[in-house]
Amino acid sequence: MSGPATGPLRAGDRKTSAITVDNLTKRFGGFVAVDRLTFDVREGEIFGFLGSNGAGKSTTIRMLCGLLAPTSGAATVGGIDVGRDPEGVKRRIGYMSQRFSLYERLTVDQNITFFGGIYGLARDRLAARRRFVIGMAGLNGREHTRAADLAGGWRQRLALGCAILHEPPIVFLDEPTGGVDPVSRREFWNLIDGLSESGVTVLVTTHYLDEAEHCHRVAIIHAGRLAAIGTTAELKRMFADRAIVEVHAASPIDAMRLLDEMPEIEKTSVFGTAVHAVLKHGTGGIAPAIKTRLERAGVPVASIAAVEPSLEDVFLEVAETPDRARVSAAGKP
Amino acid sequence: MIRKTMAVARKEFRQIVRDTRTLTILLVVPVFFLLLYGYALNFDIRHVRLAIDDRDHTVESRSLTAAFVNSGYFDLVASISDAGAARLMDRNDVRAILVIPSGLGRAMRTHRSAAVQVLLNGDNANTATTVMGYALAIIRNESARYATLPTLPTGAPSALSPLLTVEPRIWYNPQLRSTLFLVPGLIAFITMITAVVSTALSIVREKERGTMEQVRMAPIGTASFVVGKTIPYFVVSFASAFGIIVAAMLMFDMPMRGSWIVLLVTMSLFLVGALGLGLLISSAVETQQVGFQLAILISFLPTFILSGFIFPISSMPRVLQIVTYAIPARYFLTALRAIVLKGARIEAFWVELAALTLFAAAVLTLSAVRLRRQWRSA
Repeated sequence: MSGPATGPLRAGDRKTSAITVDNLTKRFGGFVAVDRLTFDVREGEIFGFLGSNGAGKSTTIRMLCGLLAPTSGAATVGGIDVGRDPEGVKRRIGYMSQRFSLYERLTVDQNITFFGGIYGLARDRLAARRRFVIGMAGLNGREHTRAADLAGGWRQRLALGCAILHEPPIVFLDEPTGGVDPVSRREFWNLIDGLSESGVTVLVTTHYLDEAEHCHRVAIIHAGRLAAIGTTAELKRMFADRAIVEVHAASPIDAMRLLDEMPEIEKTSVFGTAVHAVLKHGTGGIAPAIKTRLERAGVPVASIAAVEPSLEDVFLEVAETPDRARVSAAGKP
Repeated sequence: MIRKTMAVARKEFRQIVRDTRTLTILLVVPVFFLLLYGYALNFDIRHVRLAIDDRDHTVESRSLTAAFVNSGYFDLVASISDAGAARLMDRNDVRAILVIPSGLGRAMRTHRSAAVQVLLNGDNANTATTVMGYALAIIRNESARYATLPTLPTGAPSALSPLLTVEPRIWYNPQLRSTLFLVPGLIAFITMITAVVSTALSIVREKERGTMEQVRMAPIGTASFVVGKTIPYFVVSFASAFGIIVAAMLMFDMPMRGSWIVLLVTMSLFLVGALGLGLLISSAVETQQVGFQLAILISFLPTFILSGFIFPISSMPRVLQIVTYAIPARYFLTALRAIVLKGARIEAFWVELAALTLFAAAVLTLSAVRLRRQWRSA
């Protein structure tokens, strides 16, 4: 079922698309949840799907999984048209959501047996897959522990294992790392990298922007529309002609107000305890001017430094001004 | 298809077994209910406290007293004179008083009629009516003895002797014990509630916990899912229903005049229908709480009132009679009474069996269809 074993691959090694989305639209009454979405996901790629809550990520995933019929537009998953053959799609995909829904009263082993069963796995194959999943999730020796008694990270890995028992070539992960500690998150991403290396295509939604760095490519979706798509490096290039200055000041709110009044500064946003100011031009030499202005207004400044744009800067940029930011590797595989 | 169905069934069975509380409820509570209702719901009246005011003191008056006591319905608690009667009745020390006038013995011996008086406490009209029926029957019996005694020299029947006497024979339940009528109804009633409630939570629980989301991502049809859910609950509710029947036979002397196989087949059809109804409820609701309430609402009252459990369907208004056709317990009850009380063969109630089959098929199909619609949207 999985792609031919051609050894580790990197994004872009493949020419074929695992998922194609063409003007996909979903309306709920008068509300347009997903608006003419178009993009491709390559085989073996880890494709990140970013967006704030309600941006349309889950709706898109549901359509791609064959759970929800599109209002218009089309999509194929593993070569199957999702509108025409949703059941065919289900056989080719694995799906795991943030709730990593396991049967809590059942043991690890019994959960695997059940999910293997409903995917119609024969006994021999199930036995082999069981060994694989137990090993992958690091659950050796815990086969008879009830799912409810497993720590978050284990449950999450078991849920992933149950979702890929039938060796689907494409896996959808809907905010899979919600509510899991950082160490487990990292281990989880290692598993995803492993899947990708074995040729499995992974489409993952997340709102942890740091996780997007694990993705070969990401799409940012905002208000149902594709706001940006590309590798993280490509996305950051939208700041190529503009510098970003990070200011640590005593009062970020006052600092923002003062900075917004400076003609050289395009916009500001809060980053934790710091303020990021996007300059209209690429000159980082504005630091002394900023320092003078803030301190004269009675706001002490701890540090001012030019920084590389982070994905969060990109995210805020496209969320606030979706039209100017179509970077684009969109559409061309 | 079968493999997927069995995967669901095995999983569900493991969940039930792990859930000892639910399992206890399913297996023990029904028998407990049978005891509770079986003893409380009893239309027979026994041990009526009786006082006798015998002003005759003859062989005949003692014979009449003995007839009352030996009937089993009355307990003789006092022999009194006229003055005490009202007081005893007021204090509820006795609920019936038999007043035998002096001269009764002589009247009997000479074939003249005489009147005895029976005083009853009428604060519960139903009870009083029933007790009066017992008293009249006893007196009529006694009276008949004297009337037919060939005491006249001619040997001709006396003018008092009734030429025609009714000899009632009650079939299936010669002593007219109301438990024999009630227990099959109780079996249907309790089984229905247990079965409906047990499955009413099983699908909605998966919706609440989110496991449904995972299951519907798998290439499994809703029919497999619904059937897989039914199987383990069927096993458990079958054991439970069997327990009730055995308990009814041991504790309420319910007879078993028909075939066990026919009984178990009928019961199975009924159970599948009830479990299916629970699944249908479960597929329609979004929270376990609503599921539970709906299950009780749908199974409890209709089964109690409209199945013929207590109130005969034939004496209901026409509209209600039509409604009863939708109550599966109605068919089960008819068949159950026919099997255990009459020892009837399957030809006598195949219509009921067909109706039960139809009901089971309908609710299971509807649940699968409903669920499919949900899996396809949202």
